[in-house]
Amino acid sequence: MKKLRSLFRDLTKDFRFTIAFVILLALLFLAILSFFSPYHPQRMYQVPRGRPPSWEHPLGTNWLGQDVFWQLTFAVRNSLLIAVITSLISRIIAIFVGMVAGYRGGLVDRILMIIGDTTMVLPSLVVLIVVSTILREWVRHLTNLGLLLAFFSWAWDARVIRSQVLSLREREFTFVAVLSGMRTTKLVLKQYLPHVLPVILTTLINNMSWAIGMEITLAYLGLGIDPTVPTIGTMLQTAIYRQALFLRLWWWLLTPIITSILLFIALYWLSVVVSEYLDPRTRFQRIGLH
Amino acid sequence: MKFIKYYLAPRLVQYILVTFLGLSAAFFLPRILPMDPVKQQLAQYQAFGVYIPPEQLEEIVSTLQQLYGLEGSLSEQYMSFWKRLFRGDFGPSLARYPTPVMKVIAQSLPWTFGLLLLTTILSWVVAVIVGGIAGYYRGRWTEILDAIVMVIRPIPYYIMSLLCLILFAYLFPIFPLSGGIGVGIELSFSWETVKSIVEHGALPALTLLIVGIAWQFQSMKLIVQGVRSEDYVWYAKVAGIEEQRIVFHYVIPNAMLPMITQLGLQFGTIFSGALVTEMVFAYPGVGWILYDAVMRGDYNLIMGITCISVLAVTTSIFLLDLIYPLFDPRVRYR
Repeated sequence: MKKLRSLFRDLTKDFRFTIAFVILLALLFLAILSFFSPYHPQRMYQVPRGRPPSWEHPLGTNWLGQDVFWQLTFAVRNSLLIAVITSLISRIIAIFVGMVAGYRGGLVDRILMIIGDTTMVLPSLVVLIVVSTILREWVRHLTNLGLLLAFFSWAWDARVIRSQVLSLREREFTFVAVLSGMRTTKLVLKQYLPHVLPVILTTLINNMSWAIGMEITLAYLGLGIDPTVPTIGTMLQTAIYRQALFLRLWWWLLTPIITSILLFIALYWLSVVVSEYLDPRTRFQRIGLH
Repeated sequence: MKFIKYYLAPRLVQYILVTFLGLSAAFFLPRILPMDPVKQQLAQYQAFGVYIPPEQLEEIVSTLQQLYGLEGSLSEQYMSFWKRLFRGDFGPSLARYPTPVMKVIAQSLPWTFGLLLLTTILSWVVAVIVGGIAGYYRGRWTEILDAIVMVIRPIPYYIMSLLCLILFAYLFPIFPLSGGIGVGIELSFSWETVKSIVEHGALPALTLLIVGIAWQFQSMKLIVQGVRSEDYVWYAKVAGIEEQRIVFHYVIPNAMLPMITQLGLQFGTIFSGALVTEMVFAYPGVGWILYDAVMRGDYNLIMGITCISVLAVTTSIFLLDLIYPLFDPRVRYR
């Protein structure tokens, strides 16, 4: 606990971390607030439509008779949920594939890496568009979209983990463990996992913002999840599709855009600060000690 | 000989294998689409009021299947897919029958290439120069630049295009909202045509430039900061060589290698790089026709675009691997 607190104090020395942390905390608060929403997220015509921001409706209401602020709380919750599902599942795949490929080597390694390389080389947006057209019904569900996105984002991490395991395998503690009769799964999970976790942490954050971005892109094309379920993407899509600009309902369109920008900036700054913290060389460079 | 065996051969094998897997995926994925193009065509006939007698239905279906290259079992289709691929033939576009897919793509290519070649090269050059100088010298202005880039960098290019669209086409209507050229203007080398094309391309180009410059500026700056702390730069300084000479002859050229890699990778994604930007601005390039193809269930067109993007990406990576040793002798015998 003490260690955590001093780590936190170290990180807050960077103003970017502080800002990112505050933004993320605020968004998390919004997401939690959605559970106390007085309105239903999908039902229409619950409030007068097309009203500008006021005390009663802090971010105005949209043309479908929904309160934009409460819609936003649901949208943030669902978008974050997709991001978390994608990044966690893809990290699990990456850890599994990377460790198996690195530890077993040989043919298994080669096959796994070729599959990984193929998913990396494929232009993921084009493929995602094709797949989500094919599986339109399946992808409409939030969890399934997260799973689909996860499939396209494990390969890079798997490669990094594999190369780390390759070098760890040659270290002495491995021989000691093997000779003392430690089971392979225990060895890999207890001894190797702590070594690869830091790398996973930064790519996890990047992957989250990639997933949120992809959700927005797919929703923009009218693909992806059920358009009546609010996410940042579907909110944006609905506002564009219903011509919010020409109805002069700027608060309807700008809310998801600004929220997404804040979210992307917060996640990016967080990842930069964390990776600088984990790699002391860049830390020194920043203070000018080189 | 050693070079071929240890450097070229493994990369060639990998290139062929990955391309093969990617293209096969491109073949199988659209075949599972829920939309049946033959049924859609029949529905379209019926919508026009054409009466199809039931006894002829089967014949028409088989004719259509033949036309679309959907006849025979899946494995037969797969074989003929590869045969046709080597001839660069993706069959006719289903939504714009009988225009061949290659022709539809060829019509939209100049738009995409014009837009992306220009923005890719321009943003690369600007980023390398500005990023190089900002990485070497430090001062008030580099801090300001850094702060701006830190904010712009994480914004995805499609959000940026929406922002630009709202700002410069709606709030301050300087540029047209959508399209690649004004309505009713014919393609010719007249002043009016060129003006219209530039006006319509300006906004998509602007968004791509902002994002591209911010992204590459940062990597160039980091690389230059790394090179700056190398010993030979220190020695050059001690030897009394002018600062300007050090920057432009010592530091920037040595920082170029990773940047050249980035440029090469970007050339590979030119084909599929700005799909969403094109969709946002209804710019008549590859992104726009892909959107159209997805909406209309045009198998052949989706497949054609996917195949070409896969080929472009894998080939550019392979070519980069090939020319890399020319730039960096350290790679040559690895």
